[in-house]
Amino acid sequence: MTVAYPFNETGSLALHESYYDALRTPGMLRIQMPHGEPAWLATRYADARLVLGDRRFSRAMAAANDEPRLQAGRLEGGILSMDPPDHTRLRTLVAKAFTVRRVEELRPRARDIAVGLVKDMIAAGAPVDLVDRFALPLPVAVICELLGVPVEDRPKFRVWSDNVLSTSRLTAEEYMDNRTELRDYIRGLITDHRVNKQDDLMTALIEAHDEGDRLSELELVDLCAGILVAGHETTASQIPNFILTLLDHPEAMDKLKSDPSLIPGAVEELLRFVPLGAGAGFARYATEDVRVGDVLVHAGEPVIVAIGAANRDAVRFTAPDKLQIDQPPEQHLGFGHGVHHCLGAALARMELQEALQVLLSEMPNLHLAGDIVWKTEMLVRGPVTMPIGW
Amino acid sequence: MTWQLRVDKSVCGATGMCAALAPELFVLDDWAEPVKPEIEPDEIALDAADQCPMQAITVLADGKEIGPRP
Repeated sequence: MTVAYPFNETGSLALHESYYDALRTPGMLRIQMPHGEPAWLATRYADARLVLGDRRFSRAMAAANDEPRLQAGRLEGGILSMDPPDHTRLRTLVAKAFTVRRVEELRPRARDIAVGLVKDMIAAGAPVDLVDRFALPLPVAVICELLGVPVEDRPKFRVWSDNVLSTSRLTAEEYMDNRTELRDYIRGLITDHRVNKQDDLMTALIEAHDEGDRLSELELVDLCAGILVAGHETTASQIPNFILTLLDHPEAMDKLKSDPSLIPGAVEELLRFVPLGAGAGFARYATEDVRVGDVLVHAGEPVIVAIGAANRDAVRFTAPDKLQIDQPPEQHLGFGHGVHHCLGAALARMELQEALQVLLSEMPNLHLAGDIVWKTEMLVRGPVTMPIGW
Repeated sequence: MTWQLRVDKSVCGATGMCAALAPELFVLDDWAEPVKPEIEPDEIALDAADQCPMQAITVLADGKEIGPRP
Protein backbone atom coordinates (compact mmCIF):
# COMPACT_ATOMS: atom_id res chain seq x y z
CA MET A 1 0.00 0.00 0.00
CA THR A 2 1.24 3.48 -0.86
CA VAL A 3 0.39 6.33 1.53
CA ALA A 4 0.23 10.06 0.86
CA TYR A 5 3.14 12.08 2.23
CA PRO A 6 4.15 14.34 4.01
CA PHE A 7 2.46 13.60 7.36
CA ASN A 8 3.46 16.50 9.57
CA GLU A 9 0.91 19.22 10.12
CA THR A 10 2.12 22.77 9.89
CA GLY A 11 0.39 24.32 12.93
CA SER A 12 2.65 22.68 15.51
CA LEU A 13 6.04 21.12 16.11
CA ALA A 14 4.68 17.68 16.97
CA LEU A 15 5.93 14.57 15.21
CA HIS A 16 2.94 13.11 13.36
CA GLU A 17 1.44 9.86 14.70
CA SER A 18 2.06 8.17 11.33
CA TYR A 19 5.80 8.33 12.00
CA TYR A 20 5.33 6.48 15.29
CA ASP A 21 3.32 3.83 13.43
CA ALA A 22 6.09 3.55 10.86
CA LEU A 23 8.73 3.22 13.60
CA ARG A 24 6.72 0.36 15.17
CA THR A 25 6.10 -1.45 11.87
CA PRO A 26 8.78 -3.61 10.24
CA GLY A 27 10.21 -2.53 6.90
CA MET A 28 9.79 0.83 5.22
CA LEU A 29 6.64 2.60 4.03
CA ARG A 30 5.82 3.20 0.38
CA ILE A 31 4.92 6.87 0.02
CA GLN A 32 3.62 9.19 -2.67
CA MET A 33 4.59 12.84 -2.43
CA PRO A 34 2.55 15.61 -4.14
CA HIS A 35 4.88 15.45 -7.14
CA GLY A 36 7.16 12.79 -8.62
CA GLU A 37 7.35 9.02 -8.41
CA PRO A 38 6.57 6.89 -5.31
CA ALA A 39 9.41 6.30 -2.85
CA TRP A 40 10.47 4.35 0.19
CA LEU A 41 10.36 6.23 3.50
CA ALA A 42 13.13 5.47 6.01
CA THR A 43 12.17 6.38 9.59
CA ARG A 44 14.55 4.27 11.71
CA TYR A 45 17.86 5.70 12.88
CA ALA A 46 19.95 2.83 11.51
CA ASP A 47 18.20 2.92 8.12
CA ALA A 48 18.53 6.71 7.93
CA ARG A 49 22.24 6.55 8.64
CA LEU A 50 22.74 3.82 6.04
CA VAL A 51 20.87 5.64 3.27
CA LEU A 52 22.50 9.03 3.96
CA GLY A 53 25.99 7.67 4.51
CA ASP A 54 26.44 4.93 1.91
CA ARG A 55 27.93 5.66 -1.49
CA ARG A 56 25.53 3.21 -3.13
CA PHE A 57 22.87 5.91 -2.70
CA SER A 58 23.04 8.86 -5.08
CA ARG A 59 21.61 12.38 -5.08
CA ALA A 60 22.78 13.09 -8.64
CA MET A 61 20.55 10.29 -10.03
CA ALA A 62 17.49 12.31 -8.98
CA ALA A 63 18.00 14.68 -11.94
CA ALA A 64 17.41 11.88 -14.46
CA ASN A 65 14.27 10.69 -12.66
CA ASP A 66 10.89 12.08 -11.64
CA GLU A 67 12.14 12.94 -8.18
CA PRO A 68 9.57 12.74 -5.37
CA ARG A 69 9.08 16.30 -4.11
CA LEU A 70 6.75 18.80 -2.46
CA GLN A 71 7.05 21.50 -5.10
CA ALA A 72 5.90 21.40 -8.68
CA GLY A 73 9.20 23.03 -9.66
CA ARG A 74 12.49 21.26 -9.27
CA LEU A 75 15.46 22.47 -7.32
CA GLU A 76 17.99 21.46 -9.98
CA GLY A 77 21.67 22.13 -9.73
CA GLY A 78 23.43 23.07 -6.56
CA ILE A 79 25.65 21.13 -4.25
CA LEU A 80 22.82 19.05 -2.78
CA SER A 81 22.16 17.59 -6.24
CA MET A 82 25.70 16.27 -6.61
CA ASP A 83 27.63 13.13 -5.74
CA PRO A 84 31.37 12.79 -5.18
CA PRO A 85 33.68 13.66 -6.91
CA ASP A 86 31.87 16.81 -8.21
CA HIS A 87 30.38 17.36 -4.79
CA THR A 88 33.80 16.95 -3.18
CA ARG A 89 35.37 19.53 -5.46
CA LEU A 90 32.78 22.20 -4.56
CA ARG A 91 32.52 21.36 -0.89
CA THR A 92 36.28 21.55 -0.42
CA LEU A 93 36.17 25.14 -1.68
CA VAL A 94 33.61 26.25 0.90
CA ALA A 95 34.26 23.91 3.83
CA LYS A 96 37.07 26.08 5.20
CA ALA A 97 34.74 29.03 5.69
CA PHE A 98 32.52 26.92 7.96
CA THR A 99 34.97 25.03 10.15
CA VAL A 100 34.53 25.05 13.92
CA ARG A 101 37.61 27.27 14.22
CA ARG A 102 36.45 29.88 11.70
CA VAL A 103 32.98 29.93 13.19
CA GLU A 104 34.38 30.56 16.69
CA GLU A 105 35.99 33.71 15.31
CA LEU A 106 32.50 34.92 14.35
CA ARG A 107 30.99 34.22 17.79
CA PRO A 108 31.72 37.62 19.41
CA ARG A 109 30.23 39.39 16.38
CA ALA A 110 27.12 37.18 16.48
CA ARG A 111 26.73 37.89 20.20
CA ASP A 112 27.00 41.66 19.59
CA ILE A 113 24.32 41.46 16.91
CA ALA A 114 22.06 39.42 19.21
CA VAL A 115 22.53 41.84 22.13
CA GLY A 116 21.80 44.79 19.83
CA LEU A 117 18.60 43.19 18.55
CA VAL A 118 17.39 42.47 22.09
CA LYS A 119 18.09 46.08 23.12
CA ASP A 120 16.05 47.28 20.16
CA MET A 121 13.16 44.97 21.09
CA ILE A 122 13.21 46.22 24.69
CA ALA A 123 13.32 49.82 23.49
CA ALA A 124 10.33 49.18 21.20
CA GLY A 125 8.34 47.70 24.09
CA ALA A 126 6.28 44.51 24.27
CA PRO A 127 4.72 42.90 22.39
CA VAL A 128 7.21 42.45 19.56
CA ASP A 129 7.53 39.79 16.89
CA LEU A 130 10.47 37.54 17.81
CA VAL A 131 10.79 36.30 14.22
CA ASP A 132 10.99 39.67 12.49
CA ARG A 133 12.97 41.45 15.22
CA PHE A 134 15.43 38.74 16.21
CA ALA A 135 15.24 35.25 14.71
CA LEU A 136 15.60 36.38 11.09
CA PRO A 137 17.93 39.39 11.37
CA LEU A 138 20.52 37.53 13.46
CA PRO A 139 21.40 34.72 11.02
CA VAL A 140 20.84 37.01 8.02
CA ALA A 141 23.37 39.54 9.36
CA VAL A 142 25.91 36.79 10.05
CA ILE A 143 25.61 35.03 6.68
CA CYS A 144 25.59 38.37 4.80
CA GLU A 145 28.86 39.42 6.43
CA LEU A 146 30.44 36.01 5.91
CA LEU A 147 29.41 35.69 2.26
CA GLY A 148 29.65 39.36 1.28
CA VAL A 149 26.00 40.28 0.63
CA PRO A 150 24.67 43.75 1.61
CA VAL A 151 22.43 43.18 4.63
CA GLU A 152 20.14 46.02 3.51
CA ASP A 153 19.08 43.81 0.56
CA ARG A 154 17.33 41.48 3.00
CA PRO A 155 13.78 42.39 1.84
CA LYS A 156 14.77 41.43 -1.72
CA PHE A 157 16.42 38.08 -1.12
CA ARG A 158 13.92 37.24 1.59
CA VAL A 159 11.27 36.89 -1.12
CA TRP A 160 13.46 34.72 -3.36
CA SER A 161 14.54 32.61 -0.43
CA ASP A 162 10.93 32.08 0.73
CA ASN A 163 9.99 31.08 -2.79
CA VAL A 164 12.84 28.57 -3.14
CA LEU A 165 11.68 26.88 0.06
CA SER A 166 7.97 27.22 -0.67
CA THR A 167 6.04 24.01 -1.25
CA SER A 168 2.97 25.10 -3.14
CA ARG A 169 2.81 28.83 -3.60
CA LEU A 170 4.42 28.82 -7.05
CA THR A 171 3.78 27.08 -10.34
CA ALA A 172 6.74 25.33 -11.93
CA GLU A 173 7.17 28.30 -14.26
CA GLU A 174 7.08 30.86 -11.44
CA TYR A 175 9.57 28.70 -9.59
CA MET A 176 12.02 28.90 -12.49
CA ASP A 177 11.50 32.67 -12.83
CA ASN A 178 12.24 33.08 -9.14
CA ARG A 179 15.47 31.14 -9.53
CA THR A 180 16.48 33.30 -12.49
CA GLU A 181 15.92 36.49 -10.46
CA LEU A 182 17.97 35.16 -7.55
CA ARG A 183 20.77 34.11 -9.93
CA ASP A 184 20.78 37.54 -11.61
CA TYR A 185 21.03 39.22 -8.22
CA ILE A 186 23.99 37.03 -7.24
CA ARG A 187 25.65 37.66 -10.64
CA GLY A 188 25.42 41.39 -9.93
CA LEU A 189 27.12 40.93 -6.57
CA ILE A 190 29.85 38.82 -8.18
CA THR A 191 30.51 41.57 -10.74
CA ASP A 192 30.85 44.10 -7.87
CA HIS A 193 33.19 41.77 -5.98
CA ARG A 194 35.44 41.32 -9.02
CA VAL A 195 36.02 45.09 -9.04
CA ASN A 196 36.11 45.59 -5.27
CA LYS A 197 37.76 42.56 -3.67
CA GLN A 198 36.60 41.96 -0.10
CA ASP A 199 37.70 39.74 2.74
CA ASP A 200 34.68 37.46 2.35
CA LEU A 201 33.66 34.05 1.05
CA MET A 202 32.30 35.34 -2.26
CA THR A 203 35.69 36.86 -3.11
CA ALA A 204 37.41 33.58 -2.22
CA LEU A 205 35.03 31.62 -4.45
CA ILE A 206 35.45 34.09 -7.31
CA GLU A 207 39.21 33.57 -7.08
CA ALA A 208 38.70 29.80 -7.16
CA HIS A 209 36.76 30.31 -10.40
CA ASP A 210 38.84 33.01 -12.07
CA GLU A 211 42.31 31.88 -11.06
CA GLY A 212 41.98 28.25 -10.03
CA ASP A 213 39.39 27.17 -12.62
CA ARG A 214 38.00 24.91 -9.92
CA LEU A 215 34.35 25.73 -10.42
CA SER A 216 32.22 26.90 -13.33
CA GLU A 217 30.51 30.29 -13.43
CA LEU A 218 27.08 28.69 -12.87
CA GLU A 219 28.42 26.59 -10.00
CA LEU A 220 29.82 29.78 -8.48
CA VAL A 221 26.45 31.54 -8.76
CA ASP A 222 24.43 28.60 -7.41
CA LEU A 223 26.86 27.99 -4.57
CA CYS A 224 26.54 31.61 -3.40
CA ALA A 225 22.75 31.53 -3.79
CA GLY A 226 22.55 28.21 -1.93
CA ILE A 227 24.67 29.49 0.95
CA LEU A 228 22.54 32.64 1.23
CA VAL A 229 19.24 30.72 1.31
CA ALA A 230 20.36 27.76 3.42
CA GLY A 231 22.38 30.10 5.62
CA HIS A 232 19.46 31.68 7.36
CA GLU A 233 16.04 30.11 6.86
CA THR A 234 16.64 27.04 9.00
CA THR A 235 18.30 28.89 11.87
CA ALA A 236 15.66 31.62 11.68
CA SER A 237 13.02 28.90 12.10
CA GLN A 238 14.80 27.01 14.85
CA ILE A 239 15.29 30.04 17.13
CA PRO A 240 11.52 30.51 17.71
CA ASN A 241 11.00 26.72 17.60
CA PHE A 242 13.53 26.23 20.39
CA ILE A 243 12.03 29.06 22.48
CA LEU A 244 8.53 27.58 22.01
CA THR A 245 9.76 24.12 22.99
CA LEU A 246 11.41 25.53 26.11
CA LEU A 247 8.22 27.44 27.01
CA ASP A 248 6.48 24.05 26.79
CA HIS A 249 9.11 22.60 29.14
CA PRO A 250 9.38 25.17 31.97
CA GLU A 251 11.68 22.96 34.04
CA ALA A 252 14.20 22.83 31.21
CA MET A 253 13.86 26.59 30.71
CA ASP A 254 14.54 27.22 34.42
CA LYS A 255 17.58 24.94 34.38
CA LEU A 256 19.08 26.82 31.44
CA LYS A 257 18.46 30.20 33.07
CA SER A 258 20.17 29.14 36.29
CA ASP A 259 23.03 27.34 34.53
CA PRO A 260 23.84 28.77 31.07
CA SER A 261 26.74 26.30 30.74
CA LEU A 262 24.02 23.77 29.84
CA ILE A 263 23.11 25.71 26.69
CA PRO A 264 25.46 23.99 24.18
CA GLY A 265 24.18 20.55 25.25
CA ALA A 266 20.59 21.82 25.24
CA VAL A 267 21.01 23.01 21.66
CA GLU A 268 22.05 19.47 20.63
CA GLU A 269 19.06 17.96 22.41
CA LEU A 270 16.71 20.51 20.82
CA LEU A 271 18.20 19.76 17.38
CA ARG A 272 17.30 16.11 18.00
CA PHE A 273 13.90 16.79 19.57
CA VAL A 274 12.36 19.37 17.21
CA PRO A 275 11.21 17.84 13.89
CA LEU A 276 11.96 20.88 11.75
CA GLY A 277 10.88 19.51 8.39
CA ALA A 278 7.31 19.75 7.19
CA GLY A 279 8.22 16.56 5.35
CA ALA A 280 11.41 14.86 4.29
CA GLY A 281 12.80 15.32 0.79
CA PHE A 282 15.97 15.18 -1.27
CA ALA A 283 15.51 11.54 -2.30
CA ARG A 284 18.51 9.24 -2.46
CA TYR A 285 18.51 6.82 -5.41
CA ALA A 286 19.94 3.33 -5.09
CA THR A 287 22.66 2.79 -7.68
CA GLU A 288 22.48 -0.98 -7.10
CA ASP A 289 20.28 -3.31 -5.04
CA VAL A 290 20.80 -2.43 -1.38
CA ARG A 291 19.26 -4.03 1.69
CA VAL A 292 17.92 -1.38 4.09
CA GLY A 293 16.70 -3.11 7.24
CA ASP A 294 14.06 -5.60 6.09
CA VAL A 295 13.66 -4.10 2.64
CA LEU A 296 15.63 -4.81 -0.51
CA VAL A 297 15.75 -1.48 -2.32
CA HIS A 298 16.21 -2.15 -6.02
CA ALA A 299 18.62 -0.23 -8.20
CA GLY A 300 16.93 2.94 -9.44
CA GLU A 301 14.45 3.25 -6.57
CA PRO A 302 14.37 6.44 -4.44
CA VAL A 303 14.44 6.49 -0.64
CA ILE A 304 13.36 9.51 1.41
CA VAL A 305 14.82 9.85 4.90
CA ALA A 306 12.60 11.21 7.68
CA ILE A 307 15.21 12.74 9.95
CA GLY A 308 12.64 14.00 12.48
CA ALA A 309 11.40 10.43 12.98
CA ALA A 310 14.89 8.87 13.08
CA ASN A 311 15.78 11.32 15.85
CA ARG A 312 12.92 9.82 17.90
CA ASP A 313 13.83 6.17 17.31
CA ALA A 314 13.63 4.39 20.67
CA VAL A 315 16.13 1.79 19.45
CA ARG A 316 18.76 4.52 19.30
CA PHE A 317 17.67 7.09 21.92
CA THR A 318 16.50 6.48 25.48
CA ALA A 319 13.06 8.03 26.18
CA PRO A 320 13.16 9.72 22.75
CA ASP A 321 9.99 11.76 23.26
CA LYS A 322 11.28 13.39 26.43
CA LEU A 323 13.29 16.59 26.21
CA GLN A 324 16.40 15.97 28.32
CA ILE A 325 18.53 19.08 28.02
CA ASP A 326 21.09 17.98 30.59
CA GLN A 327 21.66 14.67 28.79
CA PRO A 328 22.61 15.80 25.30
CA PRO A 329 22.37 13.07 22.66
CA GLU A 330 25.35 11.84 20.78
CA GLN A 331 25.03 11.57 17.02
CA HIS A 332 21.60 13.01 16.38
CA LEU A 333 20.71 13.49 12.72
CA GLY A 334 19.51 17.09 13.00
CA PHE A 335 22.18 18.19 10.51
CA GLY A 336 21.82 15.11 8.34
CA HIS A 337 24.59 12.59 7.79
CA GLY A 338 27.21 11.61 5.22
CA VAL A 339 28.67 13.78 2.47
CA HIS A 340 25.71 16.18 2.57
CA HIS A 341 25.95 16.72 6.35
CA CYS A 342 24.98 20.38 6.80
CA LEU A 343 27.81 22.60 5.61
CA GLY A 344 26.75 25.28 8.08
CA ALA A 345 26.36 23.01 11.11
CA ALA A 346 29.02 24.75 13.20
CA LEU A 347 27.63 28.16 12.25
CA ALA A 348 24.07 27.13 13.11
CA ARG A 349 25.18 25.67 16.46
CA MET A 350 27.02 28.85 17.36
CA GLU A 351 24.10 31.11 16.35
CA LEU A 352 21.55 28.99 18.22
CA GLN A 353 23.75 28.93 21.34
CA GLU A 354 24.23 32.71 21.26
CA ALA A 355 20.54 33.32 20.54
CA LEU A 356 19.43 31.27 23.56
CA GLN A 357 22.16 32.69 25.76
CA VAL A 358 21.24 36.31 25.00
CA LEU A 359 17.45 35.85 25.02
CA LEU A 360 17.38 33.94 28.31
CA SER A 361 19.75 36.29 30.12
CA GLU A 362 18.33 39.60 28.80
CA MET A 363 14.66 38.56 28.84
CA PRO A 364 14.32 36.22 31.83
CA ASN A 365 10.52 36.38 31.76
CA LEU A 366 10.18 35.83 28.03
CA HIS A 367 6.64 34.65 27.25
CA LEU A 368 4.15 34.51 24.41
CA ALA A 369 2.15 37.73 24.08
CA GLY A 370 -0.27 36.87 21.30
CA ASP A 371 -1.17 34.22 18.76
CA ILE A 372 1.48 32.51 16.69
CA VAL A 373 1.02 32.49 12.93
CA TRP A 374 2.59 29.36 11.45
CA LYS A 375 4.30 28.82 8.14
CA THR A 376 1.95 26.71 6.07
CA GLU A 377 3.63 26.19 2.73
CA MET A 378 7.31 25.83 3.51
CA LEU A 379 9.77 22.93 3.60
CA VAL A 380 10.52 23.80 7.23
CA ARG A 381 8.10 24.36 10.09
CA GLY A 382 8.07 27.28 12.47
CA PRO A 383 6.30 30.55 13.23
CA VAL A 384 5.92 33.29 10.62
CA THR A 385 5.20 35.64 13.53
CA MET A 386 5.59 35.00 17.24
CA PRO A 387 4.59 37.92 19.53
CA ILE A 388 6.53 37.94 22.77
CA GLY A 389 6.72 39.94 25.99
CA TRP A 390 9.33 39.73 28.77
CA MET B 1 56.41 7.49 1.29
CA THR B 2 53.37 6.54 3.34
CA TRP B 3 50.67 8.71 4.83
CA GLN B 4 49.21 8.28 8.29
CA LEU B 5 45.54 8.86 9.13
CA ARG B 6 44.34 9.95 12.56
CA VAL B 7 40.81 10.55 13.85
CA ASP B 8 40.54 12.43 17.14
CA LYS B 9 37.66 10.62 18.82
CA SER B 10 37.25 13.38 21.38
CA VAL B 11 36.07 15.75 18.63
CA CYS B 12 34.60 13.28 16.09
CA GLY B 13 30.87 13.96 15.71
CA ALA B 14 30.04 10.79 13.74
CA THR B 15 28.74 12.96 10.93
CA GLY B 16 29.53 10.18 8.47
CA MET B 17 31.28 12.56 6.10
CA CYS B 18 34.57 10.67 5.86
CA ALA B 19 33.09 7.19 5.66
CA ALA B 20 30.66 8.29 2.94
CA LEU B 21 33.35 10.13 0.98
CA ALA B 22 36.13 7.59 1.31
CA PRO B 23 34.81 4.22 2.50
CA GLU B 24 38.15 2.64 1.52
CA LEU B 25 39.89 4.82 4.11
CA PHE B 26 37.39 5.41 6.91
CA VAL B 27 34.80 3.31 8.68
CA LEU B 28 32.04 4.61 10.93
CA ASP B 29 30.82 2.69 13.91
CA ASP B 30 29.96 4.74 16.98
CA TRP B 31 32.83 6.97 15.84
CA ALA B 32 34.91 7.20 12.71
CA GLU B 33 38.18 5.30 12.43
CA PRO B 34 40.79 4.85 9.71
CA VAL B 35 40.46 1.45 8.03
CA LYS B 36 44.26 1.31 8.11
CA PRO B 37 46.44 3.78 10.01
CA GLU B 38 48.99 3.87 7.15
CA ILE B 39 48.03 4.37 3.50
CA GLU B 40 49.58 5.03 0.13
CA PRO B 41 49.31 8.76 -0.72
CA ASP B 42 45.73 9.45 -1.80
CA GLU B 43 44.21 12.88 -2.46
CA ILE B 44 40.84 11.74 -1.14
CA ALA B 45 42.32 11.51 2.37
CA LEU B 46 43.09 15.23 2.18
CA ASP B 47 39.56 15.93 0.91
CA ALA B 48 38.14 14.03 3.88
CA ALA B 49 40.34 15.96 6.32
CA ASP B 50 39.33 19.28 4.70
CA GLN B 51 35.64 18.46 4.77
CA CYS B 52 35.26 16.88 8.20
CA PRO B 53 32.73 19.23 9.85
CA MET B 54 34.40 18.67 13.21
CA GLN B 55 38.00 18.94 11.94
CA ALA B 56 38.69 15.61 13.62
CA ILE B 57 40.90 14.12 10.88
CA THR B 58 44.64 14.65 10.52
CA VAL B 59 46.72 13.38 7.61
CA LEU B 60 50.48 13.05 8.08
CA ALA B 61 53.19 12.39 5.50
CA ASP B 62 56.06 10.65 7.27
CA GLY B 63 55.02 12.32 10.49
CA LYS B 64 54.53 15.81 9.03
CA GLU B 65 50.99 17.22 9.05
CA ILE B 66 49.67 17.81 5.50
CA GLY B 67 45.92 17.76 6.09
CA PRO B 68 43.59 19.43 6.66
CA ARG B 69 45.06 21.85 4.14
CA PRO B 70 45.38 25.49 5.30
